[in-house]
This record gives sequence, structure tokens and C-alpha cells, in this order.
Amino acid sequence: MTVSPLFAWTDRLAALPVNASERPFLSQLTVRASDPAAIAAMGAVLGVGFPAVPCTFTAGSGEFGDVEVLWLGPDEFLVVAAPDLQIPIEEALRGALGSARGSVVDTSAQRTTVVLEGPHVRDVLAHGCSVDLHPSAAPAGTCVQTLLARTGVILLVTGADSVTLLVRSSVAEYLAAWLSDACVEYQT
Amino acid sequence: MQLIPCPWCGPREEAEFHYGGQAHVAYPEDPSALSDEEWAQYVFFRENPSGPFAERWSHSAGCRRWFNAVRDTRTHDLIAVYRAGEPMPEVIS
Repeated sequence: MTVSPLFAWTDRLAALPVNASERPFLSQLTVRASDPAAIAAMGAVLGVGFPAVPCTFTAGSGEFGDVEVLWLGPDEFLVVAAPDLQIPIEEALRGALGSARGSVVDTSAQRTTVVLEGPHVRDVLAHGCSVDLHPSAAPAGTCVQTLLARTGVILLVTGADSVTLLVRSSVAEYLAAWLSDACVEYQT
Repeated sequence: MQLIPCPWCGPREEAEFHYGGQAHVAYPEDPSALSDEEWAQYVFFRENPSGPFAERWSHSAGCRRWFNAVRDTRTHDLIAVYRAGEPMPEVIS
């Protein structure tokens, strides 16, 4: 049995006021490309247009089910999909990229995903994150790479009270411990 | 903590950035033709002005792009930021 990075934290995370839960083993592919035609072709293959605006993500569904495409840089994106789809997605994206300059790399093992939900999500994250998380500054669809309690994370704002964190597997337990501590004052 | 405006991501805290020294130091056209003194000048010698200074910064914890910034070395004010490859904006000191 493969054990996910936060398997040992499942119960403790679920008991937090932010209802944290891990979404382990998601398929993740780092895409580097700057050719607009190639980016459009890759979006068409996934059924999700690639984000054109910095610090946002797009979501949709197509041949590979629900897919999110995250803006990581002006020519860099992260494609996130359900587990065990990395090989077919990689092949499809490579085909769509064609001869344009770029790369598609399977980075699924790099990060695990933590979903946070509840009215205190933005308050808890503000304890360790300098990015303005007020709904007016970070509406749903925001995707920022930043430091959360000195840990590099990708932070997706998926709704008014829901945030998804992508964190490197090796420091996921540290982040879980920090989250538990930051949540103390919101316990009822 | 000081906020540094990344040209891609907007204002972020200083801890997300790495400093890259003076900007616009051109690589020599023909390095092998340089004397030791000229090579040392290129490798080691940098401006140290009191006032506006064009520097390279990397948003290492964010989008990981290099960009340039004009910083006033007396006040730490970032007068301008601009993407790599763009010309240095006119700065009034």
C-alpha cells in the first residue's frame, strides 16, 4: 500500500476548524511553453483554456475529467488532474505541443494537496502568509506561489471559504503541524 | 517587512526574493581577448552609488523570474521595476 505524505495526519487535519483534508497522488504536469498556438492547442486537448492572466488558474473538464491549469510563470503552467492520469495527459500535451519550443514534465510526486474549507480559512492562512487574502484582493480563481510559514506553497483560492494548498511532499508534515497550531484560537 | 513589486506577481514580501547584483553588466563580446585586468574588472568590479541603482532581483519563492529594479540605496525605495530585456526607465533622482 502506498502511503500518502499526510496519511498519518488524516484525523488531526479533519478535526481542525478549517476541515483540512489531503487529496493525495493527483496527476501534476509542469508545462513550459510560450508559443500562443501551442498553448491554445494544449488547452483544447484538456478542454480547459490555459490561464492568460498572471496569478490565476482555470478549471474545467474534458477528456481527462476535471482539470485545473495553474499559472506559475509567464511561460510556465501546472496541469492538475485526478490520480493516475499523468501518462496519458503527458502524451496528449506532448502531441499538442508538437514542434513548438517547450516541455511537458510529470511532477506528480513533487507535491501533495491539502484542501481547506470553512469561514476561518483566510484568517488562519493570514497567520503565516503575507499575500493579501481578503476576498476583494484574492477572489476565487486566484493562484499564487508564495511562502506560508516559510514553506513554499501554491495557494489556490477555489471559493469564498475554500482554499487549496499544493505543498512539497517532504515539508507537508511541517505545514500540517503549523496549520494545527495556527488553528488553535479558532477551535470551538 | 518591505514589499517588492514583482513585475509579474505584484507586491510581495522581501523574503520571497533573491538579490542578483548590478543589472546591465554586459558579457564581454570576446572574452578571450581581454587582459587579466579587464576580466577582473568585468567579474569583480561593480558600481556602488549613493542613490538610484539598477539591480537584478529574482522572485525565487514566487514565479522564479529574474527582473530588474531601480532602488535608491539611501532610502531602499524601489523607484521602478521592469522585466528582463526591457530598457531601464528614466529615473529622476
